[in-house]
Amino acid sequence: MTAKTVESDAGTTRTVEGEAALWCDRCGERAAEGDHAACAAARELEPPRYCPACRRRMKVQVLPAGWSAACVEHGTVRSGY
Amino acid sequence: MPEILDIARAQVLERGTGLDEAGVLAVLRLPDEHVPDALQLAHEVRMRWCGPEVEVEGIVSLKTGGCPEDCHFCSQSGLFTSPVRSVWLDIPSLVEAAKQTAATGATEFCIVAAVRGPDERLMKQMREGVAAIKAEVDIQVAASLGMLSQEQVDELVEMGVHRYNHNLETSRTYFPNVVTTHSWEERWDTLRMVRDSGMEVCCGGILGLGETVEQRAEFAAQLAELDPHEVPLNFLNPRPGTPLGDRPVVEGKDALRAIAAFRLAMPRTILRYAGGREITLGDLGTRDGLLGGINAVIVGNYLTTLGRPASADLELLDDLKMPVKALSATL
Ligand code: SF4
Ligand SMILES: [Zn+2]
Ligand SMILES: [Zn+2]
Repeated sequence: MTAKTVESDAGTTRTVEGEAALWCDRCGERAAEGDHAACAAARELEPPRYCPACRRRMKVQVLPAGWSAACVEHGTVRSGY
Repeated sequence: MPEILDIARAQVLERGTGLDEAGVLAVLRLPDEHVPDALQLAHEVRMRWCGPEVEVEGIVSLKTGGCPEDCHFCSQSGLFTSPVRSVWLDIPSLVEAAKQTAATGATEFCIVAAVRGPDERLMKQMREGVAAIKAEVDIQVAASLGMLSQEQVDELVEMGVHRYNHNLETSRTYFPNVVTTHSWEERWDTLRMVRDSGMEVCCGGILGLGETVEQRAEFAAQLAELDPHEVPLNFLNPRPGTPLGDRPVVEGKDALRAIAAFRLAMPRTILRYAGGREITLGDLGTRDGLLGGINAVIVGNYLTTLGRPASADLELLDDLKMPVKALSATL
């Protein structure tokens, strides 16, 4: 759950920090609408489930020391392993 | 001192005979001010009959989501609108997960799949995965793949899987409220086959599914009757989209009562902290449980949710002067 990087399918990486998330990555609702404080708190102990850019459900893999979450359109986000 | 604790001291601590259902219920009903006494006794029982070592384990999901069963607590059932998508782990990632686990000093690595029972694809993945782990990592391999046929039991033994997890989840009388796609008795059948095969039996469940205290005591007694090598104790972490998604989490005090009661029912078992302890007990409660009958932990992340860092648990064990069980002690 430390710094997150995104690997695009081309294999390059860029940070998501600073990019406006359109969708809450936990509940999949609009990030700008409603209160997502509970989502943010829950995310301390959960990987993301929805792509913040397009709201697709991501393919998430959890390993003992980290996780990855892949959107077919927007690439893979990883925790710091 | 409440009478039940005097009885438990003579019977469980001194003679190693676990409490029966009525005894467990009496412990679960102890008033708050006697919970520390129950934990203290459970800790003495654990030290006397198991010793100070703590068994450390890591787990990973080999096949996530899309399960045809309807366990109402589970985010991996394909029957609910859970955000968890179906995905398979490849063999290199499985080996990586085993390495991450071994790096913590853990002796156990459990491979889990969200299935009713294994199909040929899953058994093939297990054959390749277990062989790859055994070639590269010094760790005991356990598995949790749902209900098994006798052939599958035999095959897992042949692969070198030394322990099999299959949770009864809750008491026999409450089970139909939680699962409708298979029965408690079907789970029991798999457990019997596993036991007869010589694999170690790992069987526990989840507290906080809506069961009564009486059903919690019933569950402890049913587990004691099974007499598993290991009992993983989970506390419900309500998952979005599941039928139990809005249930409250178990109160910390009730979780601690249950830990003491389960230890007093099963003095010799490996009683493991599994999922949900972070939200139910937090850091302080985690410590109380380790001083109240728990003698094993899952470190690192769970199957679809995250745990606290393994280092936090290892530091706590160090602080409590509880040595991590060595691999040589498990062989
Ligand atoms: S069988 Fe296992 S994976 Fe499937 S719904 Fe039940 S608990 Fe979840
Ligand atoms: Zn949200
Ligand atoms: Zn996307």
